[in-house]
Amino acid sequence: MAMNPMAQFEVKPLVPLHIGGYDVSFTNQSLWMCIVVGAIALFMTYAARSRSLVPSRVQSMAELSYEFVANMIQSAAGEEGLKFFPLVFTLFMFVLLSNFFGLLPGSFTVTSQIAVTFALAAVVVLTVIVTGFLQHGVGFLKLFVPKAPFLLLLLLVPIEIISFLTRPVSLSVRLFANMLAGHTMLKVFAGFVILLGATVTSRTPWFAPLSIAPMFLIVAITALEILVAFLQAYVFAILTCIYLNEALHLHEHH
Amino acid sequence: MSVEAAKMIGAGLACIALVGAGIGIGNVFGSYLSGALRNPGAAAGQTTNLLLGFALCEATGLFGLVIALIILFT
Repeated sequence: MAMNPMAQFEVKPLVPLHIGGYDVSFTNQSLWMCIVVGAIALFMTYAARSRSLVPSRVQSMAELSYEFVANMIQSAAGEEGLKFFPLVFTLFMFVLLSNFFGLLPGSFTVTSQIAVTFALAAVVVLTVIVTGFLQHGVGFLKLFVPKAPFLLLLLLVPIEIISFLTRPVSLSVRLFANMLAGHTMLKVFAGFVILLGATVTSRTPWFAPLSIAPMFLIVAITALEILVAFLQAYVFAILTCIYLNEALHLHEHH
Repeated sequence: MSVEAAKMIGAGLACIALVGAGIGIGNVFGSYLSGALRNPGAAAGQTTNLLLGFALCEATGLFGLVIALIILFT
């Protein structure tokens, strides 16, 4: 059915490719990931080509994004966190542009696939674990033992462990669910427009002009979606910083 | 009861999770606003925490929504 609101999330192979029994086709998903990465690379290299002291408009956009992420890391993870700037900046820009490109009509939202967001979250959590053990050795396990009386620890340690283990799940599902829910909602309201407009040929044609109402709602929801697209990229990046901060400094304050 | 009908009811029940998200998001922004009106000077420094609280809150409700969508479309 053409009006299935979930049809937009279907991964379709563009160049079918099978290697050793595995389906490694070039899909619309891969195409849009390439577009996103290409757009980021193009934007950053184009913006940084002149490196003038008084920045042009494009250059100041790039500088703005750089300073935004740098300030975020500094406030959440301290000076030491800045060595993770490339990771956080890459994640932020990738998620941000994937979300924004997904809002273009007819495009494909890369971040609406749990496979993509979970891969991103897995990278973050693995980085946190490796950094923690490199920084503190076995002492990293103190992360699970907050300062508390012994009896309370019996309760707190399992909670800390569970909260650590659910991080990759919550980090990925948050982004994926937000994108999925937002885009589904847009398509459902678009369906209302078509359903109401189609009543023109039925026995109750006076309902047809009402289709303008969900149309206005779509515009309003699109505005909300732009906010959500930025917010989710921001939240993904800031949570990465917070997790890195714990790996770098354990429980002490930076 | 057919499986189809049970799916619909299950999806509807899963969406109840959004009640909690609504209450939570309202609480986050309401508390921020009342705090910001009492001490406007400290308000700007807390936007990070505000957005963080909003996102963490919203996510719990969306988990329920995802369950509903999985029930409906698989």
